[in-house]
Amino acid sequence: MKFSRRDVLKTAMKGALVMALPLSAFKILSPSEARASVRESNVRWGFLVDTNKCVGCGFCVKACKLENEVPYEVPLTRTWVERYVILKDGRTLIDTPMGGRDGFTDPKIQERDVNPKDIAKAFFVPKLCNQCENPPCVQVCPVGATYQTASGVSLVDREWCIGCGYCIMACPYGARFFHPVHHVAEKCTFCYHRITQGMKTACVNACPFGARKLGNLKDLSDPVTKTILSERVGILKDAFGTKPQVYYLGLDENVR
Amino acid sequence: MKSHVLRPLWVVLAVVALTMAIRPLVVPSDFGVGERGFMYSYHRKSNEGEWRAFKVKYQTKEYCSECHDEQYESNMASKHKVIQCENCHGPALEHPEEPEKLVIDRSRAQCLRCHAYLPYPSSFRAKMKGIVSSEHNEGEPCADCHDPHEPDL
Amino acid sequence: MTPEVVHGAEMMVHGAEWTIKELFTYPNEYVYWTIQIVMYPYLTGLVAGAFVLSSLYHVFGQDDLKDIAKFALVFSFALLIVAPMPLLFHLQQPQRNFEVMLTPHFTSAIAAFGMVYSFYMAIVASEIWFVYRKFFVEQTIELKGKAGIGNMLLRTLYHILTLGAYDLSEGAIHKDEKAIKLLAAVGIPVACFLHGYAGFIFGSVKANALWMTPLMPVIFIMSAIVSGIALCMLTDIIIMEWKKFRIKTSKKRWEITAEEVVGAEIDIVKKTAKYLLGFMIAALTLELVDLIFRGYTAMKSWDILRTVIYGKDFTKIFIYQYGFGNVLPFVLLLLPRLTVKRAAIAAALVLFGVFMMRWNVVIGGQAFSLSFAGYMEYHIPVIPHSMETFKEGVTGALFMGILPFILFWLFNKIIPCLKFKQ
Repeated sequence: MKFSRRDVLKTAMKGALVMALPLSAFKILSPSEARASVRESNVRWGFLVDTNKCVGCGFCVKACKLENEVPYEVPLTRTWVERYVILKDGRTLIDTPMGGRDGFTDPKIQERDVNPKDIAKAFFVPKLCNQCENPPCVQVCPVGATYQTASGVSLVDREWCIGCGYCIMACPYGARFFHPVHHVAEKCTFCYHRITQGMKTACVNACPFGARKLGNLKDLSDPVTKTILSERVGILKDAFGTKPQVYYLGLDENVR
Repeated sequence: MKSHVLRPLWVVLAVVALTMAIRPLVVPSDFGVGERGFMYSYHRKSNEGEWRAFKVKYQTKEYCSECHDEQYESNMASKHKVIQCENCHGPALEHPEEPEKLVIDRSRAQCLRCHAYLPYPSSFRAKMKGIVSSEHNEGEPCADCHDPHEPDL
Repeated sequence: MTPEVVHGAEMMVHGAEWTIKELFTYPNEYVYWTIQIVMYPYLTGLVAGAFVLSSLYHVFGQDDLKDIAKFALVFSFALLIVAPMPLLFHLQQPQRNFEVMLTPHFTSAIAAFGMVYSFYMAIVASEIWFVYRKFFVEQTIELKGKAGIGNMLLRTLYHILTLGAYDLSEGAIHKDEKAIKLLAAVGIPVACFLHGYAGFIFGSVKANALWMTPLMPVIFIMSAIVSGIALCMLTDIIIMEWKKFRIKTSKKRWEITAEEVVGAEIDIVKKTAKYLLGFMIAALTLELVDLIFRGYTAMKSWDILRTVIYGKDFTKIFIYQYGFGNVLPFVLLLLPRLTVKRAAIAAALVLFGVFMMRWNVVIGGQAFSLSFAGYMEYHIPVIPHSMETFKEGVTGALFMGILPFILFWLFNKIIPCLKFKQ
């Protein structure tokens, strides 16, 4: 078989092309870049919600919207509060007017008058992005626009998101939505811009009753971590294997 | 005569090569795999810094106390010490430079958030002092009779 | 703190305009995946089916399908070009669509789209090249002497399309035929993959109680093949009957023989119908198995799913999809003495049924809330009054439905495939 120079060049070109594709798709951080972010890996953000303390005032929802520039007049929100009224006959009434933005001031729920004598139990459940350890929303992003930091916060790159909505469909908790102004995926970021500066999240600060707490799950002296490790806590929809990092005290079986 | 059969393949490879050539012009150079691996952190690294730089709006009570120490002291001595000033007055931002004045919300709806009584035995809400709005000066601002900073009943 | 937009705030929310919520849903839940996400798998299914039909001639040597094979190949190419357009209409940032090719996140089924689609496009384009290479060469020769800018441009186009391969010797043509056979054969599993991954997009979303099933990719492939066979059966009948009509009404109608006026051949139709029936049985079996298992195992989601499947969507599922789209064509095709007309009606009904299947999966999966305590109804925008209601409404869907035919008509001018022997 004769190998002309042309053949050799052709084969070399083909080989180079074959190599270029996988390498360029998987650029790994350089060692210095990786080292620079190591300090973050001492932190794993976690959240503790005490549903015994939540009164449904909705200050957290208001604060979140204003802090994170989510348009105030739309029902979309990064965090919300759900009201549960469980009646003695077993019926469950649930609502979240504007996500609880204006609190809950009307005893009527789902346009129904409820006789207080019929109430077996009733409570409020704040919800937000669970910053899962195995986030299905990040897994399904087709272009690498959403990702999780070393400290466990999942973020969306607004410049890169194509707005396909796959991450929104993939989140079992309904935490994601399309931002009405930026037209890309949006979600709770644990106020990443605040917590990386030593502040608390807007919702944690706003809560007058201490129903919301933020902590570093890698710090065993952190009061939040201590509570999670020593008291009985629940998580939402654990069967999905997402390993959510928002823990609940007083989580009822009726909570969706 | 050389076989023409592979010509479409060359066209396809040329398209692939063109795509790879364009890629570094369009894809940011810091786009790659992060600390959480390919599945959970394939992204543009500089976006993390962009989120860190997002503007902080709420300053918390300590910021307000620097100037408004009177209200702060009286508030901290009352039952409403648990409430952030900004909960009712909105985010401080760079007040008093920008904005010069914050909102003073005297609306009834603000107070009813906590103080509209709801008969929920398993929630702290039922333990809070509350009113049935239609039976207690309906339509009137609560602040007409109650001082929001240091309520005393 | 003063909000800027009070009136029309609902308009800002993507999905609020066509979603009616009932009982308790999470605040951020709306019907986000709408008609365009129904059109996309429908179109890719038709692509797969048209290509498989074309391959039946090239790979399995079904000579009576020669003319339809050429048509099916070009039509599948037109469909393939149109296939990503529903996605472009759906994306909130369509100008960033290229990112799927440049930074594909392969843990996402949608990222597979970029690679599979491109690969499949390469196969179909290459096969068309081999089929038409002789024609391109002949055209460059024929147009050489002709004057005029139009002819010159056309000649240049054909010259480029030859890719410089001017050898029309017997050996070269034979190589073309071998290449066509290879591409047609390889293309069949790739076509299945192109549609199977679409099923994976839905089946792998564990958050959605209706979509999450390992059967989803298989159901999608089966119904894709069903829709493809039905489409080609229908178009074959239409074209053959049109041919017959043209010959009968042409000037030369006194000179034609009986064989030429045969129209759609009932033998081919019966043969195709058998394949169609087989795959319909497979598709229906899988869907029923999925339904029966859900009811039997009665997982947490079954309470709400039951109210959607047997209540809200009963008509769409059991009357339209299973009734009109499966049982009725089944009966029509099985009744003795099958006629061409009956087969055509059956094929059209099957195509409708497959569309309803896509609708019932995509929209049906969003008909209930993640909370399992509420519902969302999708009211598709009919008259568009904004870009959003055009793109994600009936008009947008019709646009996608008509575009393949327009494209095909344009393609036919350069790579003609509707030759009538007269």
